[in-house]
Amino acid sequence: MSDLLAARSQMAMSLAFHIIFAVVGIGMPVLMVVAERRWQKTGDPIYLELARRWAKGTAILFAVGAVSGTVLSFELGLLWPGFMEAAGPIIGMPFSLEGFAFFTEAIFLGVYLYGWNRISARAHLWAGILVAVSGAASGIFVVIANAWMNAPTGFELVNGRIQNLDPIAGMLNPMAFPQTLHMTLASYAATGFAVAGIHAFLLLFDRQNGFHRRALSVALLVGAPAALLQPVSGDLSAKAVARLQPAKLAAMEAHFETGPRAPLLLGGWPDVDREETRYGIRIPGGLSFLAFGDVEAEVTGLRDFPRDEWPNVAIVHLAFQIMVGLGTYLALVSLWAAWVGWRRRDVAGNRPLLVAVALAAPMGFIAIEAGWTVTEVGRQPWIIYGVMRTADAVTSMPGLVYPFAVFTALYCFLGLIVAWLLYRQIIRSPRADEWSRVYAPARPGDA
Amino acid sequence: MPELSLADALAGLLALSLNAYVLFGGADFGGGVWDMLATGPRRARQREVIAHAIGPIWEANHVWLILAIVLGFTCFSPAFARVMTVLHIPVSLMLVGIVLRGSAFTFRTYDDEHDAAQLRWGRIFSSASVVTPLLLGVCIGAVASGRVVAPAGGAFGERFVEPWLTPFALAVGLLTLALFAFLAAVFLTLETGDRELVEDFRRRALWSGVAVFCASALVLLLSFDGAPLMNRGLMGSAWAVPLHLGTAAASVAVFAALWSRRFRAARVGAGLQVSCIFWGWVASQYPYLVPPDLTVDAAGAPEVTLRLSLWALGLGVLVLAPSLLYLFRVFKSGPGDGVGVSGGHAGGGP
Ligand code: HDD
Ligand code: HEM
Ligand code: HEM
Repeated sequence: MSDLLAARSQMAMSLAFHIIFAVVGIGMPVLMVVAERRWQKTGDPIYLELARRWAKGTAILFAVGAVSGTVLSFELGLLWPGFMEAAGPIIGMPFSLEGFAFFTEAIFLGVYLYGWNRISARAHLWAGILVAVSGAASGIFVVIANAWMNAPTGFELVNGRIQNLDPIAGMLNPMAFPQTLHMTLASYAATGFAVAGIHAFLLLFDRQNGFHRRALSVALLVGAPAALLQPVSGDLSAKAVARLQPAKLAAMEAHFETGPRAPLLLGGWPDVDREETRYGIRIPGGLSFLAFGDVEAEVTGLRDFPRDEWPNVAIVHLAFQIMVGLGTYLALVSLWAAWVGWRRRDVAGNRPLLVAVALAAPMGFIAIEAGWTVTEVGRQPWIIYGVMRTADAVTSMPGLVYPFAVFTALYCFLGLIVAWLLYRQIIRSPRADEWSRVYAPARPGDA
Repeated sequence: MPELSLADALAGLLALSLNAYVLFGGADFGGGVWDMLATGPRRARQREVIAHAIGPIWEANHVWLILAIVLGFTCFSPAFARVMTVLHIPVSLMLVGIVLRGSAFTFRTYDDEHDAAQLRWGRIFSSASVVTPLLLGVCIGAVASGRVVAPAGGAFGERFVEPWLTPFALAVGLLTLALFAFLAAVFLTLETGDRELVEDFRRRALWSGVAVFCASALVLLLSFDGAPLMNRGLMGSAWAVPLHLGTAAASVAVFAALWSRRFRAARVGAGLQVSCIFWGWVASQYPYLVPPDLTVDAAGAPEVTLRLSLWALGLGVLVLAPSLLYLFRVFKSGPGDGVGVSGGHAGGGP
């Protein structure tokens, strides 16, 4: 494994790991707040139990999100010193703001977790709302940094060097809006459907369980609207990519030949050596229409880019198909659930729908990983699109395969433990004794 | 004294945030050290106090490190890039320690069903708490020694190992560990109402105070050879005498306060003492950020960035200060925060 490949793999692995916890940190507070609000309105104690359990799960995930995020901020320098030296002064701004958003989130999460009996019900709910808002804000700020890598603005290139900075203009880059919108919706869709899917699965075996029924309704309330909006916002992203990163768009669509009336490709396998795509269904003019709003528009194919500026077409195309496929599924299931809920108001009584929701549990997260693969692999060979190549940014330290192996092993281990803990502490149905007493979790240190 | 530039101001703020990390995050690591060294009949109760003291705050304390890193790569990106390149190995190892410490601690808190599992998490948590400060100190020592220079060819060992694997850097690692343990012991005397436990921590505070003294002496001794630039700063410059006096006064005061069981005074004194040592390092290498050649001004980002960072920090303080005040009002007012007083977090708990 070359050092460059090891560095890229380590970065990809760390981000793919961190994003799961980050997304949960954005989505779960919303679920907690909705459940708590319902408890306050209806007095139904099961909603309170839900809010408390979800808070406990969020606390575990928050800790892992914090340490893996710390690793990332060092890795930017450990792996890509060339990038950070040039870009730090311009993308540091969103990262600083993210730091403060995160600080706020940590403070109010502390108030939320430890404050159940110390502050008024209203204040407690507001603490939850602040956690949700600052969680979303911290995600938005980092994604702005990433959007700048895709559409760098706010500087001048003088002899190939970044100069005359304007960090504010850098933050207002043209990818920032579509990416942050799409990512924030993705967090709600993925968290909502993961929680809904788990409870739908458990309901299949225990149809009358009031705990799972209520959990399902809250989770769908958060997840379904976001999943419905996601294709719309994805279309916005695609249009921005078409305008700003034509090579990425061509790779997403495995589109080799420049021309008007470009077809939209469903499935298909790109053969990079022969520069053509086999199999797959083509919808004439579809790509032209989706990318530029006009079936006659010309879409640049990969052949018109120098070969050394192609991203890995197979990976980008496949990942894009996965995301769009899963996104379509989630949107359809959301429509179905909305329709059932609107007509009979008992989503949990509909067995086929429960199966469909249960199947959706991992899909949002898979779509997120796939979507980031599209964004990041599709940007290659650039680390700053059109300005700096990834190969020029990597550290001069050799033997990078070793840290890659160490961190991979560490994260696999952590992932397994977290899954096991969540299962034992959060997901399983409450035991009889837990129903009967007011729920009061053990203090740290209690055996 | 030359006029302070914008870059100086931000370097000062960066150092301030590292100082906060050393005081608060450092005490959390020190807690892990005492978890490992818990002995005697009260060992389980000692561990309980430690866990309770760290539990709700370590994540917030940790943010100071992130703030320092972000300020580093925003405002002084050439220095950041160089340090991260040359010190790749110790920094990576330190990260492994940070990850293991934080997650093992959280798992131990929430995995409350099996004693065996608890014990295993406890052991990972405490060993990571010992190793991480050592490595942090080694990195600081390497920077102070002036060996973190732009990598210019040479063998692997010469470029990526020798800069930090020196007696001086290792001694700074030991000093850091001793300082963290000392801070934690002093702070812990206030975290419990149980007399016996207070005495346990008082004894630990006194002994680790001695360890701090020995480690400081060792660092100073090795700095003649290992960090000449810093040594010159420490011995010769104008501010050296007041800082040395401050450190000495603070340490004497801490000993006296511990001796006479005035623990609140001891806490303030220990914080001052550690901060004096920390600023001693900072001042000794000023105006260099990464000696022997990268000065604060040379590594500083363009002025727009520096000015915006200052604004962002101001904005952050506006949001954070009331939030933090609220946090403390909710949790630190009213009775029953220590473990000894039953029901501190009863019914609340995560
Ligand atoms: C729940 C997750 C999820 C779902 C259902 C979808 N996406 Fe997505 N997508 C993401 C999660 C995501 C993401 C992980 O959040 C990305 C990566 C970067 C970003 O900003 O969002 C992304 C990126 C991304 C990009 C690339 C942006 C870039 O390269 O900068 C495009 C063009 C789309 N998406 C389009 C779509 C379309 C047309 C969808 C229709 C169904 C869709 N996405 C569903
Ligand atoms: C958290 C979700 C993210 C995921 C899953 C992700 C995924 C990836 C992947 C797969 C790569 C490797 C691409 C390749 O080399 O082929 C990569 C590289 C990289 N990403 Fe991301 N990314 C994410 C977000 C971000 C954000 C928010 C930033 C912000 C600054 C970022 C910065 C980088 C950098 C610096 C590299 C290395 C250089 C490069 O390969 O271009 N990533 N990421
Ligand atoms: C290069 C990419 C990234 C870096 C450097 C990074 C950095 C960090 C850091 C340092 C923390 C923890 C702060 C602390 O404990 O003091 C953190 C946590 C967090 N990050 Fe990231 N992050 C990255 C990508 C992302 C992405 C893509 C998102 C979301 C869309 C995100 C959202 C969050 C959130 C919500 C938290 C809070 C922790 C939680 O709720 O679990 N991060 N990040």
